[in-house]
Amino acid sequence: MKIAVCVKQIPDPATPYELDAESHFVVRPQDQVLDDTDRYGVEVGLQLAEANEGTVTLFSMSPSGSLQGIRQALAMGADKAVLIDDDTLRGSAALTTARVLAAAIEREGFDLVIAGTESTDGSSGVVPQQIAEILDVPALSFARHVEAGDGKVTIERQTASGYDVVESPLPAVLAVTSGSVEPRYPTFKGIMGAKQKPIDTLTAGDLGFGSDDVGIGGAGQDITAVAPIASRQAGEIIDDDGEAHLRIIALLQETKVI
Amino acid sequence: MAILVFSEESDGHASASALELTSKAASLGEVAVFHVGEGSADTFAELGAHGATSVHHMDPGDGLPAAPAAAAIADLVAGDAPAAVLFGMGNTDRDVAGRLSARLGKPVLAAAADLSIDPVRVTSEILGGTQQIITEATAESPALVIARPKAFDAADTGGPAPATIAVAAPDVGRSGSAVVLERHAEQHEGPDLGAANVVVSGGRGLGGADNWHLVEELAAELDAAVGASRAVVDAGWVPYSLQVGQTGKTVKPSVYIAAGISGAMQHMVGMKDAATIIAINKDPDAPIFGIADLGVVGDVHQVLPKLIEALRART
Repeated sequence: MKIAVCVKQIPDPATPYELDAESHFVVRPQDQVLDDTDRYGVEVGLQLAEANEGTVTLFSMSPSGSLQGIRQALAMGADKAVLIDDDTLRGSAALTTARVLAAAIEREGFDLVIAGTESTDGSSGVVPQQIAEILDVPALSFARHVEAGDGKVTIERQTASGYDVVESPLPAVLAVTSGSVEPRYPTFKGIMGAKQKPIDTLTAGDLGFGSDDVGIGGAGQDITAVAPIASRQAGEIIDDDGEAHLRIIALLQETKVI
Repeated sequence: MAILVFSEESDGHASASALELTSKAASLGEVAVFHVGEGSADTFAELGAHGATSVHHMDPGDGLPAAPAAAAIADLVAGDAPAAVLFGMGNTDRDVAGRLSARLGKPVLAAAADLSIDPVRVTSEILGGTQQIITEATAESPALVIARPKAFDAADTGGPAPATIAVAAPDVGRSGSAVVLERHAEQHEGPDLGAANVVVSGGRGLGGADNWHLVEELAAELDAAVGASRAVVDAGWVPYSLQVGQTGKTVKPSVYIAAGISGAMQHMVGMKDAATIIAINKDPDAPIFGIADLGVVGDVHQVLPKLIEALRART
């Protein structure tokens, strides 16, 4: 089974994000980390590959020169990576990301494409469905439990009121939640081995995209203004001396909840 | 057709986001709704009362709806050329928006907190609600917009029953080959999380699923809905339907009590607009204290039992 896992490298969420004053894009440092939500997609991919004599190839679009996040995912056990890294991709909208990833995945061939539900920094949550539409395959989203084999994939899909059991023939796209599996931590051997694993680096042009098709020009949207939002101020902070519940009750009375 | 609103059936009603978006769209122009689900005269009347003049209704049966719904909407907009197609943040909403985006070759303007048309501009909060951006659609109409829950108020203005047009699910070949085998509802007691006046939410700080009863007991005393952080949903303590935050529900209650929740950005996006926030956490540096009106630095295992007991003693 050929499994493609989409991963994104993002600025470390532990440090505050910056927006470029002129372009309004997130400033992307040289060293970016693997988006935490992608660890779940990688883990699902590895488990399915182990059960089905499969291979796991990572696909990532990253106009930053960073390899750190890719190496993190390779260290978990993925076989190889395809990285599309090209300055013309800066400012690309989600649909451009999907087109580029779909083109790279199609070139390699696939039975199953796995992604996280949404990225931590962009969080529009539409890329997996866009990839599925471009590749003309079903997309099973919000998957919290996944089984695959015998040419099909079956998932539990989260719904507003519970969950549905959904089945699809392969090939298909899967978007997994962060509750789907417990991601493994890379071993020392895995981290050392990741440095030897192949990373194919492509440009948008290698996949047949012109510079007008991608980046800001292909986005179809324009950020016209950026402003900070006045943040909510912290109120009263008290240490619990054994009587803090009385202060809570007083506030509940003030707000007329009780 | 001026604006098309996506609606998915939920418990025999139009989705909450569809009613909110229909009300907003009605203030901007003529509104048509694309409704996915079994459908009923009552559901369509509800949409009409909120301002929809027509409802296009597609019943996907046991098929996963996103692929055929996107194809049907693409056909519809090719004829009627609306200025915008509006989606909520429900799971099917986002699925259809993504597929439609790729089908039409148009971007999705996501996380809209406000909207204007001619040209279509959306205001959205990014980076955990710390920055606000205004994005203008520059591609040909329709603009595809995903709006935040509760960004707009649903208003029953007593509009008449809309014209309903049955839409057959188009054959989309391989893309449409996923089927729903079983549907499971996870029942829980108490008021509806999205609409409750008081919400009590629990997080990792409770230590384990064995202690979850503290959250439920406090909620019962306050006639509150129970919510949860993503961490405890992912850990399997409670179902996803209780999750508050970016990928769960957005709540705006009078009072929000966060017990053992540190306050990850993705959680705070879903509850920061509560009128009063009370947080209990043993870590004095927990980000939740930065937005709490009352922050108690203490152990939830000590504070909650006393609070529950004191509330019981009052009645």
